[in-house]
Amino acid sequence: MSRRILAVVSAGLNQPSSSRLLADQLAAAARDELVGRGADVELRVIELREYAHDVVNHLLTGFPPAGLRQALDTVAGADGLIAVTPIFNASYNGLFKAFFDVVDRDALTGRPVLIGATGGTARHSLALEHAVRPMFAYLRSVVMPTAVFAAPEDWSGDRDESALRSRIRRAATELAEEVARRPAATGPADPFALTTSFEELLAGRDPA
Amino acid sequence: MQFGIFTVGDVTVDPTTGREPTERERIKAMVAIALKAEEVGLDVFATGEHHNPPFVPSSPTTMLGYIAARTERLLLSTSTTLITTNDPVKIAEDYAMLQHLADGRVDLMMGRGNTGPVYPWFGQDIRNGIPLAIENYDLLRRLWREDVVDWQGKFRTPLQSFTSTPRPLDGVPPFVWHGSIRSPEIAEQAAYYGDGFFANHIFWPKEHTQRMVALYRQRFAHYGHGSADQAVVGLGGQVFMRRNSQDAVREFRPYFDNAPVYGHGPSLEEFTRETPLTVGSPQQVIDRTLGFREYVGDYQRQLFLIDHAGLPLKTVLEQLDLLGEEVVPVLRKEFDALRPAHVPEAPTHASLLAARDATAATR
Repeated sequence: MSRRILAVVSAGLNQPSSSRLLADQLAAAARDELVGRGADVELRVIELREYAHDVVNHLLTGFPPAGLRQALDTVAGADGLIAVTPIFNASYNGLFKAFFDVVDRDALTGRPVLIGATGGTARHSLALEHAVRPMFAYLRSVVMPTAVFAAPEDWSGDRDESALRSRIRRAATELAEEVARRPAATGPADPFALTTSFEELLAGRDPA
Repeated sequence: MQFGIFTVGDVTVDPTTGREPTERERIKAMVAIALKAEEVGLDVFATGEHHNPPFVPSSPTTMLGYIAARTERLLLSTSTTLITTNDPVKIAEDYAMLQHLADGRVDLMMGRGNTGPVYPWFGQDIRNGIPLAIENYDLLRRLWREDVVDWQGKFRTPLQSFTSTPRPLDGVPPFVWHGSIRSPEIAEQAAYYGDGFFANHIFWPKEHTQRMVALYRQRFAHYGHGSADQAVVGLGGQVFMRRNSQDAVREFRPYFDNAPVYGHGPSLEEFTRETPLTVGSPQQVIDRTLGFREYVGDYQRQLFLIDHAGLPLKTVLEQLDLLGEEVVPVLRKEFDALRPAHVPEAPTHASLLAARDATAATR
């Protein structure tokens, strides 16, 4: 199998952040699964915190500063996406939503996406199902059946961590299978490419 | 090469005084700016067209006709004429009328308009933006070129034996530019007809302009109007100048920080890096503007935006003094020296008339 790129987006705000930690574990598991299938895997991690101002500027001006442009191209051009957000007020945080608000509407169509989240209590876990999953469904992505939520008890040393580990492994396997059965991604679409000719544009008119 | 200014016609509070000009003041200011443009030796004044507050110029030919009567040399244009929501019949009539009144000192720039709610006020739908621009402009061309038109299309009532009056001055339609920020279909449209292409080139990264102009040039050659470097290209630009660049930055910053479009977003420094906005000395404006040529090739028209974001009239007139006295004479000389002989100037009424007569003589 060929070379595959996984984009890893974390909207964690603290440094270090538990969302980043979960994203890294999901990414490592997905990479191992793909390597096991003979792929050459490159992980490209995007910490949204570093683009927070750029994302707001993009919302206001309509275009991304150069650094953010690269991050958006990475997401749009990857073979698979791992997206992890902290849960705030029963949903993704604002930074996560704002970033995906400036991703091109068609950029993630058909793309395998693994979603994950972290939160201060396990009672936030279904936010993945009622907020994060519908957003990617709107973007016409293929969202993995297993979404991974990590609560504080999942990280604590005094508890069996195998539950989280097995969820990560299951989700990563699902992602690897979806990525592996697709042809390698061809990179982001060129928004300036001419996809029609003027004769065709004119012919769009009803015949006189 | 042609140099001029283009205005959006926004009514914006001056953030340094809290004062908002009245519509009358803004409209009169636009006229004063146009007259000053001629006085300081610029070539072109172009007005926007808008049908929603906070903008005043809903009736461009009224304004341009008035300016035509008070100027001798200035070329009057638009930035842009809404080819989507205006009836092409009315555009044909209005601008032919203006041509006669202004003795041919008229051209137009077509644009679609990007404000969704405006379309239904004129019986249209923004989702048809590109098809409207294609159909309406094709009809407009025929109305100017054929004395009697029978026509049927999708977006307006059919025409039977219709003659648009007055006929274009000397039978020569005004030259047309097509403006677009990032719709390749519009670059294609301009190339197909051999019309001009204008890249707005303000508020956006230069890469947009570079890609769109490259596409237009390539398709211009494809359709057989000449080589790619003979295509007719115009660029926008936004500048604020003082003799001392620190003074320019200090004075412009509150206008920048509170401006429509980009205010409360990126810093002035970020925005001047990411877009063609130049705030500084006349020499900095000269250097940056000469640099445009490096990514679009030799081009024919440069328009500057100098009067938005609540800048007072007095300041704008000072900007025009600097443009006319220090910037444009140098740019004219430098650009002319760099441009190869086979690259044409932008068409004018006189050049189009001469070309038409030359073609007729060879028949």
